[in-house]
Amino acid sequence: MSDWILGILLVLTAATATVVVLTRDPGRQAAVLSAYGLLLGMSMVALAAPDVALSQIGVGTAAVPLIVVLAIARCHREIDAHRSEGGEREDR
Amino acid sequence: MRRRLVLLLAGAGLLALAVEAVRAVGALPGAGEVPHPYGSRAVAAAFDHATANAVMSVTLDQRGFDTLGEELILLAAAVGTVLLLRRLTAEAEADTPHSYGPEDVFEAVRLIGYLLLPVTLLVGGYIVVHGHLTPGGGFQGGTVLASGLFLAYLAADYRALDRLRPPGLFDTAEGLGAFAYVAIGVSGLLSGSGFLADWLPHGTLGHPLSAGTVPLLNVAIGVEVGAAFVLVVAKFLDQALLVPQDVPEEG
Repeated sequence: MSDWILGILLVLTAATATVVVLTRDPGRQAAVLSAYGLLLGMSMVALAAPDVALSQIGVGTAAVPLIVVLAIARCHREIDAHRSEGGEREDR
Repeated sequence: MRRRLVLLLAGAGLLALAVEAVRAVGALPGAGEVPHPYGSRAVAAAFDHATANAVMSVTLDQRGFDTLGEELILLAAAVGTVLLLRRLTAEAEADTPHSYGPEDVFEAVRLIGYLLLPVTLLVGGYIVVHGHLTPGGGFQGGTVLASGLFLAYLAADYRALDRLRPPGLFDTAEGLGAFAYVAIGVSGLLSGSGFLADWLPHGTLGHPLSAGTVPLLNVAIGVEVGAAFVLVVAKFLDQALLVPQDVPEEG
């Protein structure tokens, strides 16, 4: 039974990891990365490693996607600011 | 010609590494095997020092020196982030206002944030101080504690978050946490046992006050890791929330 759970979790983890790589938009990628981190953490629980799973979920599911999203928000604003400044700056 | 030689050498090296890696993995004892050559010894040593969570005994007692390296890596990463993002903040902070946070957050999310804030802080503290008994420890609990602080941002706004983190508090906590870990290690030296030796009385297995220096190290790590995460994420949050203004161009 637990072998089945572990197998399903590992397949799901691998599938989600592939989705992370194939997602090209950084914002969406952060969301998928978060889901992937949770699945990876669950696989670790199934492998009887709850200590590592806690770190994985804390860092991989919460902290890293949050930092990525914040960085993207900043970049988007920068881009928007440049666009609204008009064309006279673009050909500098 | 030279490029080919380099590629050839690199290829040969990688091939040899792959062969040896496969051989090494093949010779590893199976996962969950009983008796396990490492597992049996590590668990015996953990019980010897009355540490119920054998994983924590390995990371903080038997291999405490490795964890010191990990802790200093995190310290270096946090210091690096703060240093890199500092200049931009200092340039802009004086005259650039911050936007004050998620005005368009759903009420339901706010409510959940409010409700989860005390629960998260409690769980984080619990995970830190019970690291030697149950799965968890300073690193895990520290990340949970730090994430609790950012629930405050989600539930209220930037101003609330700012009030929760007076300037200098987390910088100091970060340094003190790292210092405390080293100081506990040196106390082992002074006691005559050795650096990071588990020299305090071990107590009863499974008792909240057991495992000697392990719970103390966990608290030190919890403070350091929590502060590091708060510092790093706060720097990114500052960057994301700075309201852009027309800064006079240089040159």
